[in-house]
Amino acid sequence: MKSGLRTLGASAASVLVTLFGLVLVTFLIGRVMPIDPVIAIVGDHAPPDVIAQTRLALGLDRPLPVQFWIYLNHLMHGDLGSSVMTSHSVVDDIIQYFPATLELATVAIIIATVIGVPLGVLAAVRQGKRTDHAIRIFCLAGHSVPIFLLALLSLLIFYATLGWAPGTGRQDVVFDGEVPIATGLLTIDAIISRDWAALHDALAHLAQPAGVLAYFSMAYIARMTRAFMLDALQGEYIVTARAKGLSAARIIWRHAFGNIAIRLVTVLALVYAGLLEGAVVTETVFSWPGLGQYLTVSLLNADMNAVLGATLVIGLSYLLLNLFADGLYRLLDPRAK
Amino acid sequence: MSERATTPWRDWLLTDTPSSRRQAAWGRRYRMWRDFRANPLALTGLILVLAIFAASLAAPLLANWNPAAQDLANRLATPSARHWFGTDELGRDVYSRVLYGGRITLGMVVAVVAVVAPLGLAIGCVAGYAGGWADRVLMRVTDIFLAFPRLILALAFVAAIRPGITSTVAAIALTAWPPYARLARAETLTIRNTDFIAAVRLTGASPFRIILRHVAPLCLSSLIVRVTLDMSAIILTAAALGFLGMGAQPPSPEWGAMIAAARRFILEQWWVPTIPGIAIFITALAFNLLGDGLRDVLDPKQR
Amino acid sequence: MQVQIRNLTIAFPSPRGLHQAVRGVSFDIGAQKLGIVGESGSGKSLTARAILRLLPPSAIVTADRLSFDGIDVLHASERTMRNIRGRRAGLILQDPKYALNPVMTAGAQIAEAWRAHKKGSRREAMEKAIDLLDQVRIRDPARVAAAYPNELSGGMGQRVMIAMMLAPDPEMLIADEPTSALDATVQAEILRLLEDLVSRRGMALLLISHDLPLVSHFCDNVAVMYAGRIVEQLRAADLARAEHPYTRGLLDCLPTLSHAKPRLPVMRRDPAWLA
Repeated sequence: MKSGLRTLGASAASVLVTLFGLVLVTFLIGRVMPIDPVIAIVGDHAPPDVIAQTRLALGLDRPLPVQFWIYLNHLMHGDLGSSVMTSHSVVDDIIQYFPATLELATVAIIIATVIGVPLGVLAAVRQGKRTDHAIRIFCLAGHSVPIFLLALLSLLIFYATLGWAPGTGRQDVVFDGEVPIATGLLTIDAIISRDWAALHDALAHLAQPAGVLAYFSMAYIARMTRAFMLDALQGEYIVTARAKGLSAARIIWRHAFGNIAIRLVTVLALVYAGLLEGAVVTETVFSWPGLGQYLTVSLLNADMNAVLGATLVIGLSYLLLNLFADGLYRLLDPRAK
Repeated sequence: MSERATTPWRDWLLTDTPSSRRQAAWGRRYRMWRDFRANPLALTGLILVLAIFAASLAAPLLANWNPAAQDLANRLATPSARHWFGTDELGRDVYSRVLYGGRITLGMVVAVVAVVAPLGLAIGCVAGYAGGWADRVLMRVTDIFLAFPRLILALAFVAAIRPGITSTVAAIALTAWPPYARLARAETLTIRNTDFIAAVRLTGASPFRIILRHVAPLCLSSLIVRVTLDMSAIILTAAALGFLGMGAQPPSPEWGAMIAAARRFILEQWWVPTIPGIAIFITALAFNLLGDGLRDVLDPKQR
Repeated sequence: MQVQIRNLTIAFPSPRGLHQAVRGVSFDIGAQKLGIVGESGSGKSLTARAILRLLPPSAIVTADRLSFDGIDVLHASERTMRNIRGRRAGLILQDPKYALNPVMTAGAQIAEAWRAHKKGSRREAMEKAIDLLDQVRIRDPARVAAAYPNELSGGMGQRVMIAMMLAPDPEMLIADEPTSALDATVQAEILRLLEDLVSRRGMALLLISHDLPLVSHFCDNVAVMYAGRIVEQLRAADLARAEHPYTRGLLDCLPTLSHAKPRLPVMRRDPAWLA
């Protein structure tokens, strides 16, 4: 237990180093690349003295390491600068947009897990049979389809043709400002205020983007589950379990799956982090007001503070999820003790 | 199982007692090819990949229209004998544009892989073989790049330079090398401590020679599998960049950019954005099928 | 209880056609202790697993007769087989490091074996598990019951394995190299324990091993396997009168304290044995 904590501490230290690198890379992308943040702020046609003034105010005349030090200092105080586009501080913007992405990604990973894991188990149990091949093709297709194509087709079919799903956005205008904001997650907020109509509306709006987002991850989860299960089913302890006269279901779920569950949690954490990436494209198609859309819109407007802030936050979430998965693995697996 | 007539060359390839290194190597390759051929999905993938490459190379011959020729009187036409896949919002022939787009996509993929695979292999082999601080520093750098979701880092990078095909390639290459380095390092670590490497070292071979002639070749098979499977990810990332307006710029017939330009017609003229999307899908699927089959043959332990 | 095997063959498909791993093996086991001896790859483990139909799905098994107490093992339903496995015949595997489920406690694994065939609550099953651990002479059964396999030594793990297979009171025990993975000192203890339990409960024992003296010491009858065939079958007491050159070769290879030999002979294999 004690050594477990120590290794956890060591990996936390290595995460800090990685985090520092993350900040450095985002900083360098923002400063070294040939885009002029001054022009982005004051515009192409500003008089030279205004440009010089702004450059001084931003500290851009200082040497690079000093600039990095200032950037780091601001970061420590939770200051990511302000966005040219929204004219709010980037931190405020992120706080506003992040819950939408969190909600989307969470629903997507739930869908992906609930469908992907059983599919993977089924494929492993039926290895080499027709079911296995069908699942393999389904998964490879999931790995190959561009998410924006899926999103556009989903809109075409479920919204425009069948009329099953509401259109783009997070909620119907009717509910705009109706539900008091507590967490920023519309479903949770609706439950807190017991507004079932708003909950229904929020879930209906979630279904399409979350489903689209889930497909890619589902394919990955199913594939990893299959590989892990095949590995586990080769184990001698499976022979033992069969020799005990246990049912096939118990052998598969309690013995084989029980052995891979913890490894699978690690995969799920990685997939969850990967969803943040898919969210960028999905949010753009579904006009989902989340961090992904914020990032793309800032990109198109060359709003560098916003871009770097969003990139950093996504990188940080990614890193924390990895650390979380690692810690969970150490805590749960009796073999790791 | 009907026994086929044995031919001398097949006997030569399949013998249990090869008399030369060359014979053994070719025998091994022939056995792999037999395993590969037995997998219909993998074979489909190989044929598709070859067909897509051929179609892209022969685009000027196969295309019946100039991909850039506009015909505003004939915008958003439905597929017909004149325009097999219809026309886009500027009246350009979608079929011809998809063919030319294949050149761009495949060109980007090849360029990325040509940069990334040798680089990753070199970094991984050196880190794994050298160990110590070199390993620690290199792997830490790898971790930092792995800490970013690929598309996000590529987006930020492209935005900072200038959107376009070259920067797309550079951005994807920047984000794609760490997994290769990781893979090569892991392989190297298992190879490094084997007896045959110790034997080579005893003959006085330099570390450089050991890595180049003995370690790197053994990492190749898993690297090839990884590259093939990664092709689809590169294609999808490039297309996503194009779709978000950060990759190839219009009027380039890059598939992602074509979809971005036509996405507002999804509800009425749905085929205009859908056809390039299907092109992306089929290309990515072809590489995935091929990679999946190669993995079964070259890297059976990975599954 | 009687196991009858007549002309058992087990084959595996390979790129070069079928590979015959077991070729025409016949023997009976009643309420006695039978040992099968052979080198690795001789087909002894496959033969033992065939009795419980625990071979990998790719195995092609044929036999004129393969029956467990009159039940046709080759054609029985899966449900019937599950009633034999564990309940009527237990199987002890070689290495507890791999044969025990690493993410379940020892107690839970024993209790599971008991509950699979006996009716009772979880609590009862756990009490039974601790009782069984006591029967395999584990000093602190409650602690071991709560331990995960990686926290147990090899000998301890094998005792857990034995307790698990004894849980449903089987009539027969198949022990597949039960001591090969253990230290020499622990081997003797485990074997003594096995012998004691088997004779006290009146169980039949099928002991698979590559160790001829060990088998002849613990078993009533010995079958010697070579390349998928039984080349010789005889009473353990008559081992000195073995006729087959392979058996003789095995016996000659043993160093003894009483008859000094200048140099241990190396087995000369006659290709005729393969026929």
